Amino acid sequence: MDSDDEFMSGLSSQDEDFGGVEESDDGSLGDEFDEDNPDVGFSQDKDIKPGKKAYEVDFKAFSPEDIQSHQDKQIDEVSAILGQSSEATAILLRHLRWNKERLIEAYMERPDSVLETAGLGPESAQAPTTKVVKGFTCEICYDDIPGLETYALKCGHRYCVDCYRQYLAQKIKDEGEAARIQCPTNGCHRIVDAKSLDLLVAAELKSRYQVLLTRTYVDDKENLKWCPAPNCEYAVECGVKKRDLGKIVPTVACACKHRFCFGCTLSDHQPAPCLPVKQWLKKCEDDSETANWISANTKECPKCSSTIEKNGGCNHMTCRKCKHEFCWMCMGLWSEHGTSWYNCNRFEERSGLDGRDAQAKSRQSLERYLHYYNRYANHEQSAKLDKDLYNKTERKMTGLQLTSGMSWIEVQFLDTASQALQTCRQTLKWTYAFAYYLQRNNMTEIFEDNQKDLEMAVENLSEMFEKPTAELAALKVDMMDKTSYCNKRRVILLDYTAQKLKTGEWKFNVDIAMGA
Amino acid sequence: MSALPKRIVKETERLMAEPVPGISAVPHEDNLRYFDVMIHGPSQSPYESGVFKLELFLPDDYPMTPPKIRFLTKIYHPNIDKLGRICLDVLKSNWSPALQIRTILLSIQALLGAPNPDDPLANDVAQRWKEDEQAAIQTAREWTRQYAMA
Repeated sequence: MDSDDEFMSGLSSQDEDFGGVEESDDGSLGDEFDEDNPDVGFSQDKDIKPGKKAYEVDFKAFSPEDIQSHQDKQIDEVSAILGQSSEATAILLRHLRWNKERLIEAYMERPDSVLETAGLGPESAQAPTTKVVKGFTCEICYDDIPGLETYALKCGHRYCVDCYRQYLAQKIKDEGEAARIQCPTNGCHRIVDAKSLDLLVAAELKSRYQVLLTRTYVDDKENLKWCPAPNCEYAVECGVKKRDLGKIVPTVACACKHRFCFGCTLSDHQPAPCLPVKQWLKKCEDDSETANWISANTKECPKCSSTIEKNGGCNHMTCRKCKHEFCWMCMGLWSEHGTSWYNCNRFEERSGLDGRDAQAKSRQSLERYLHYYNRYANHEQSAKLDKDLYNKTERKMTGLQLTSGMSWIEVQFLDTASQALQTCRQTLKWTYAFAYYLQRNNMTEIFEDNQKDLEMAVENLSEMFEKPTAELAALKVDMMDKTSYCNKRRVILLDYTAQKLKTGEWKFNVDIAMGA
Repeated sequence: MSALPKRIVKETERLMAEPVPGISAVPHEDNLRYFDVMIHGPSQSPYESGVFKLELFLPDDYPMTPPKIRFLTKIYHPNIDKLGRICLDVLKSNWSPALQIRTILLSIQALLGAPNPDDPLANDVAQRWKEDEQAAIQTAREWTRQYAMA
């Protein structure tokens, strides 16, 4: 119960301050895991008590309205403290990237310089208006007709209203700027505030301006990120910092159900940390197909390691690059072949052994990669197939409801199973990328056992899915069992991996800490 | 073609009436938005006594967007690439409609006098500029002699 309270309080204090949450995180983690161990066998417990696993992070999804009201709330709060208008406060907050504490502190110490650097300067209270100035020439369009309406910000740089309008439209529409539009004068950093903007621009631009402002709010805050799913307008809040990404893989779920990594905004890639994932994706992009072909069809020059395809002719090879002459069969020096030109029976010579050794090594590293890649790709492919299969099954499910008299709710187990398959395959996929970068020690064996268990469970479930629809009704209980087993194995695997990641016990053959 | 905006007419007139020392900009007769530009290399720089040709074009939404400018003469400079494109803040994010052709050309001349290898456009040149400034300056001088002196 204690830990639950802690968990909840962690959530509510999230808006304000993340330092505290991290601590309560670690604290509750320890107890929770001890408590969880004895009742691993009962999945119902999980539903009753939301115990937090090592791979889980706190997060919250926000709608565009939520984001707007957050902004307004913070602006109101700070504006009351600073005694500034809400327009000015908004500019100040945006200027300091929504770091309230820093703003208040800096403002209390030296208000004038804070206002100045934010582009506000000494404030005067009157509402902005356009003016006609006698003998005025606009510095932008050089128009000087009498009666020209003009406008200037508090900095006094005056331009005609038309030019001002065009300028703002250019910034908002074409350059997508909002919070940091400056006075048109070169070198003047005065920010165009919301009131001036209201006065000058057309209604449709105003709404665009609001959208952009909201966007900068999310972009500016380190603990907020847009959901990367297409057409999703939600943002997700999470307290994991960039520097922690070598220790934790912060997978979050948006209100639209899309699961993604808060660190890099790619789709959920637990258990592998962000940096190896990035390297893996790059490697796969560059290598996989080519590597397959190379492995099947070529050998390397024993001297310079250029990749060589033998497309005909005899075994006497001359490397185009380094002019090394060698035998395609034994990879040894050609000169050692004496007069036995066209066949090679010389397997004992040193040079041949060396040549094959070096080649074996590079082949081995390629094979190692392909081992992991094939499994990675297989799960990706299978997940797609499972999904197709499910779509087909869904149609049959409707039929099943009609023929066997099962109700809609009774056939939902297929949906649950399908979802479990998808998430588990996603996890499995990334275990292979993870394993590729892992250095072997005795913990990797436990990891591989976990991986094996999950994989077997998933394949079992997947097989059941392929059964004809008529048999599915009879398999219901079995499938439900398998589904919950899969989910449980996945939790165990992720939890174990995340714990060791947190304590830095995995050793990788690449750098996993994000640069400062 | 639509009538030339007053802004461009005035600017052109002023460029002709009070030219900037070391810089000339002449519009084409058939396209008054297209200028032939010459900039003299600043003294005390590796580009000294070179005359560099540039082309300048004022896009439709000028002066809301910056003019497009490119070096036509080959030049060895960390902020100017093989195609003559220039890396200069006022030509991009720091453009202001209150700036003019005149001020932009002056900025480019100043860039010749003060190369900035920390914000490079031509990476190989910038690299060399940082590693062996003397040699880089020597190359810049040779290029100036070879390409920028008639």
